[in-house]
Amino acid sequence: MHSIPGRRLIMGLFLIFLLLPIYWLVNMSFKTNSEIVSTMTLWPHTPTLQHYKRIFTDESWYSGYINSLQYVILNTVISISVALPAAYAFSRYRFLGDKHLFFWLLSNRMAPAAVYALPFFNLYSAIGLFDTPWAVALAHCIFNVPLAVWILEGFVSGVPREIDETAFLDGYSFPRFFIKILVPLIASGIGVAAFFCFMFSWVELLLARTLTSVHAKPIAAIMTRTVSASGMDWGLLAAAGVLTIIPGALVIWFVRNYIASGFALGRV
Amino acid sequence: MDKTINQKAWFLVLPVFLVVAFSAVLPLMTVVNYSMQDTFGNNQFFWNGVGWFKELLDPSTDLGGRFLASLGRNLFFSLVILAIEVPLGIVVALSMPREGWTVAACLVILALPLLIPWNVVGTIWQIFGRPDIGLLGYVLNAAGIDYNYVSNDIDAWVTVIVMDVWHWTSLVALLCYAGLKSIPEAYYQAAQIDGASRWAVFKAIQLPKMNRVLLIAVLLRFMDSFMIYTEPFVVTGGGPGNSTTFVSIELVKIALGQFDLGKAAALSLVYNLIILIVCWIFYTVMTNAGVERKVQAESEPAAEPKPAAALKPVPALKPKEGVA
Repeated sequence: MHSIPGRRLIMGLFLIFLLLPIYWLVNMSFKTNSEIVSTMTLWPHTPTLQHYKRIFTDESWYSGYINSLQYVILNTVISISVALPAAYAFSRYRFLGDKHLFFWLLSNRMAPAAVYALPFFNLYSAIGLFDTPWAVALAHCIFNVPLAVWILEGFVSGVPREIDETAFLDGYSFPRFFIKILVPLIASGIGVAAFFCFMFSWVELLLARTLTSVHAKPIAAIMTRTVSASGMDWGLLAAAGVLTIIPGALVIWFVRNYIASGFALGRV
Repeated sequence: MDKTINQKAWFLVLPVFLVVAFSAVLPLMTVVNYSMQDTFGNNQFFWNGVGWFKELLDPSTDLGGRFLASLGRNLFFSLVILAIEVPLGIVVALSMPREGWTVAACLVILALPLLIPWNVVGTIWQIFGRPDIGLLGYVLNAAGIDYNYVSNDIDAWVTVIVMDVWHWTSLVALLCYAGLKSIPEAYYQAAQIDGASRWAVFKAIQLPKMNRVLLIAVLLRFMDSFMIYTEPFVVTGGGPGNSTTFVSIELVKIALGQFDLGKAAALSLVYNLIILIVCWIFYTVMTNAGVERKVQAESEPAAEPKPAAALKPVPALKPKEGVA
């Protein structure tokens, strides 16, 4: 009754469609460059780890992963910590301009990164943050903070109001109530919001590339530049690509049951 | 749940307001400033008034022609991928296994493309689609179809669209799946007793329940496809020619490639305005849907009345405890 006829077939075909390109990337990362260019093989006939070895030993490569992780984590921490109180306020109170503020946040989540690339470049150069993880972390706040507010607002609204009232009657001050009672209650929501901040900061390239030049260059930018500089080192490119998929694949397992509600901005 | 009016809640919102204002309002002011000026380098600026905007909306000029062409391409692209991804996402959501370990496995695989950095998505499809080293390109050419996304406009379009379907259909599917899961079992039993057909169940039970998430899915997909940049840039670079140059690609070309600040800024403002309008329409529809739902729920006799909840004095947020 719930599902449609032939669902196994549809699901199977769709999953194959999703996995085939990824398989091809993994396959290519284990091939030597001569095998890639000269023959069409469905699996590596002379498997090699040379591309991975290069990435893990060459600082200009592995520092990219460290840079990326730095600003992603910074951004997640900033986003969650400013979004938590705001989510509580939106969920519990009505105040002057609340609806307008909410819409304004929504519109920033939707703003095209290309519009902000150049002004951000000017802004962060002017205040001396250009080419630091801080610049990228702050720039990514423009879409991650609104997202975190929405997701957390959904979860805070799921906490019955009576709990607040009882806590205040018991003499809890507001900050103490917030940290001791509310935060543990919505821990899973915070996890989901953090996951989404992590994810959107991790996949974004345009701003991250524009705001860095040497010291804080993210792995994604290193990938694009190396390709254009040294001709086409397909194997190396594929190996670097595979390594960027791994962090996402790891965290996905922990939030698999909340993914959908997070994408629905906590409103399913 | 009724909300209490409390202006001090602004203190709680203040950090968010400051952070977002810093990264949204300040840069936008710079853009407005630039959009009225012309520059010949050396940080010398000349007043140009609304000149750029006039040029932008006039298809006979170079700037206007490029902008309107890329806007048209972008709208067409957004409509095509919505027309493919929404029905496909619903079908995939309906095909999800009911229980057991396969559910978790399907969820994880579905979510996988969403977590791949956007330029790597481009790289994946580049490697997959190339006629010389890619499986897809090789197979298509071996089957006698002359496929080469680097030189053929239509092939490039198909590649970009299939790539977007690969990348984002899961999002629609996951949202719909979440909507479907919220349907109580009793609805299906009632339908079974009434002898409803499979199609009737879909139309009368499943689709209405998915309304809200579908709206969010359409909003997110429209917005993100309307500002798509990285994936087509990596795969086709906007080519062949200008055939896959979308608005964001055009904008970055003008702003960071030619450093034509005035033109880029004017384009940015118009681009942003379009997004804002579409966003506002969706937001209004969404909040209205929410209100309707609330009214419906309240008019149901089963809902227990909660009198005077709003009148109760709520001790939250005493003045000195407001913000620590």
